[in-house]
Amino acid sequence: MSFTDLRLGMKARVVQVEKTASFCDRLLELGLLPGTEFTVTKVAPFGDPIEIDLRGYKLCLRRAECCCLRVETVS
Amino acid sequence: MTEPGRGSAPHRSTVALVGNPNAGKTSVFNGLTGARQKVGNYPGVTVEAAEGTFRVGDLTVRLIDVPGLYSLNPVSADEAVASGLVNTDDDEPHALIYAVDASNLERNLFLFSQVAETDRPMVVALTMTDLLARQNRRVDTDRLAGMLGCPVVPVVAHKGIGVPELKEAVAQAVEEGESPSIDVGFPPIVIQAAQGLVERFSRAGVELSPREARCVILEEHCTTYDRFIDTPELRQAIDDAREGVLGAHGHGRTIDAQARYAWAARVTRQCVVGDGPQRPSRTEAIDRVLTHRVWGLFVFVGIMYLVFQSIYTLAKPLMALIQAGVGVTSDLVSRSMTGSPVLKSLVVDGVINGVGSVLVFLPQIMILFFFIAFLEGTGYLARAAFLMDKLLGWCGLNGRAFIPLLSSFACAVPGIMAARVMPDERSRLATVMVAPLMSCSARLPVYVLVIGVFIEPQFGPAVAGLALFAMHFVGLAVAIPVVWVLNKGVLKGRRLPFMLELPKYQWPKWKDVWITIFSRVKVFVSTAGTVIVAMSILIWAATTFPLGDDARYAREYAARPASYQSEVSLEKFQKRRQREDSVLGRFGRTLEPVFAPAGFDWRLTTAILAAFPAREVVVPAMGIIFESGEEDEKGLAGALQKATWPDGRKLMTRSTSIGLMVFFALCCQCMATLAAIRRETNSWKWPVVAFTYMTVLAYVAAVAIQVVGRMVGQ
Repeated sequence: MSFTDLRLGMKARVVQVEKTASFCDRLLELGLLPGTEFTVTKVAPFGDPIEIDLRGYKLCLRRAECCCLRVETVS
Repeated sequence: MTEPGRGSAPHRSTVALVGNPNAGKTSVFNGLTGARQKVGNYPGVTVEAAEGTFRVGDLTVRLIDVPGLYSLNPVSADEAVASGLVNTDDDEPHALIYAVDASNLERNLFLFSQVAETDRPMVVALTMTDLLARQNRRVDTDRLAGMLGCPVVPVVAHKGIGVPELKEAVAQAVEEGESPSIDVGFPPIVIQAAQGLVERFSRAGVELSPREARCVILEEHCTTYDRFIDTPELRQAIDDAREGVLGAHGHGRTIDAQARYAWAARVTRQCVVGDGPQRPSRTEAIDRVLTHRVWGLFVFVGIMYLVFQSIYTLAKPLMALIQAGVGVTSDLVSRSMTGSPVLKSLVVDGVINGVGSVLVFLPQIMILFFFIAFLEGTGYLARAAFLMDKLLGWCGLNGRAFIPLLSSFACAVPGIMAARVMPDERSRLATVMVAPLMSCSARLPVYVLVIGVFIEPQFGPAVAGLALFAMHFVGLAVAIPVVWVLNKGVLKGRRLPFMLELPKYQWPKWKDVWITIFSRVKVFVSTAGTVIVAMSILIWAATTFPLGDDARYAREYAARPASYQSEVSLEKFQKRRQREDSVLGRFGRTLEPVFAPAGFDWRLTTAILAAFPAREVVVPAMGIIFESGEEDEKGLAGALQKATWPDGRKLMTRSTSIGLMVFFALCCQCMATLAAIRRETNSWKWPVVAFTYMTVLAYVAAVAIQVVGRMVGQ
């Protein structure tokens, strides 16, 4: 699934980072790497941006701008 | 702050303060240098590298506060500056202080692993240990120091804790000159390939460090590669090494980041001790309401309403006080001044009036910046950016533009400067270009005057209040399509994705709040203030010269019918004729045909022209031109209501009134704003573009309102 499908409270894991845009490099540097698990902690009123909790810190991102990340849910 | 070396200063060295955004760098900087640089609870507060000095023993340290970085591979202009300060071949900086947010150790260590490779002595300043303690955790600093290979000093800068120790550690690091060596633990295949590459280069007589070799293998755009691009043999060697490591699918940056984060996670696991939080933090509890999909918006609208409501109610008495003070001053001066009436008029109508029209904005500006600084200090502004991102985002702005745009409701000049928080050049320009459309406090008197003339008498105070509120949205509503067009056709360059960290809620530090207010007021007075005073004098000159022929006016007056003479005194008539014949009056008459389609006669046209340098002069200018005698608003309102075209048609029809307000809402009548745009964009192009598009929009809108008004018979 992609970032667009994430819902509030979901726990997910990055499966793959497609090197499509240069922003992907920045996402890597922020710690969103294949295998990284994170939780969706906030969803803004109009559905975007969302805040995720990863590696002990929280980060707000726009869904569409993280389209290079393939994710899967973790139970 | 800089202290010139007295006698022979034994040691001097340059130290850079580096770290992630929001890692507490600025408070470490202030703690070390005693500077009063503002600490922002919002990413991007350090937009220019600030400098200060401190002494330890006989060493004088020049400290550079480098803008916050996520990585040494920059993605924005700010980051390029910051990364260039650290990643350079120069001797300077001689050492680095690396600020680490203890509550966000893992990510902070990612950049550390890059910075540690620049071969400079380092000292880690460990901040926010108090926050970590609240989560029942702490950092084992000895262990961390061991793993990072450099001293680690816990610092609570605003309490002064750890500052002397940090200074000592810096002095020692400078003296010893040893840089940390960490073993990130890159995959063996990378290390072997890098080693092979080093050997192959060495056989060709070229020296290549293992780090450079690794970089050139993993980094697509490595400068090392460019160096050998014309040496086919060595380039082939690099390509082979890349092929060997990355194969068909590997991504160098991913491998690099994975190794660094694995190392950072390992260090974090071993150095952070404690159980972790037992229950949700206070920030999480507050955020459940304040960033809630429904309640969050309610609270946001409520806070904004409160802010604007208090600006008007609190500022009103203060503004009245200032106006009264200015009135008393000009009375005193005009009574005590003897001699040339022109000189007296210059001082009273030009200088004192000009200074007064600057001072009168201070209450509103101070109150708005009090709220901005307060909300920023608590951490709420970052939430506002989070809540508003989608609304501002679709046209090409982003949530961060909220702060500059909010500031622009007081005055566009500090708003334009606040646009520096935008992450990339393109959205910064977009924000700068629409900031002047926000309804600044200088437009308020026009709204109040016109609404008082044609809405309040007909519809009552409730509708008048609503109309005033609505006028504040005109610019905002126009700004959105303007940004959209700018982004489609005009602005170039890469737009950076939205990225934001919400800081923990905290009580603002009052000192920081005052510093913000003080610095914004200083900007307003020095940038806007000087231009406004200068323009007031210019307008005064344009309405005063040529001085006019009182004898001729008296003859004209004598020729008027007695009914006219009983209504208008000779003195008033002379004054009015002089205005008509003045440079500005002639200019207004010449341009009357241009503004006639908008329903403006030569008097309104003259007032509008007078207001182009600084729109706040419009009400006094109208007072003079409409010969209300007294230049107060009540008299002027009456004169406006009675004003007619030469053929007896009413001048201020409903569509002309609305048109006039909309014209003022949209038009770029502020030299100070244009000067600020010029300075912030470092080009004449953007002020010209802003002036042109706003003036054209204002004119078209005023004409359109007139045309529509005629069609519906108003």
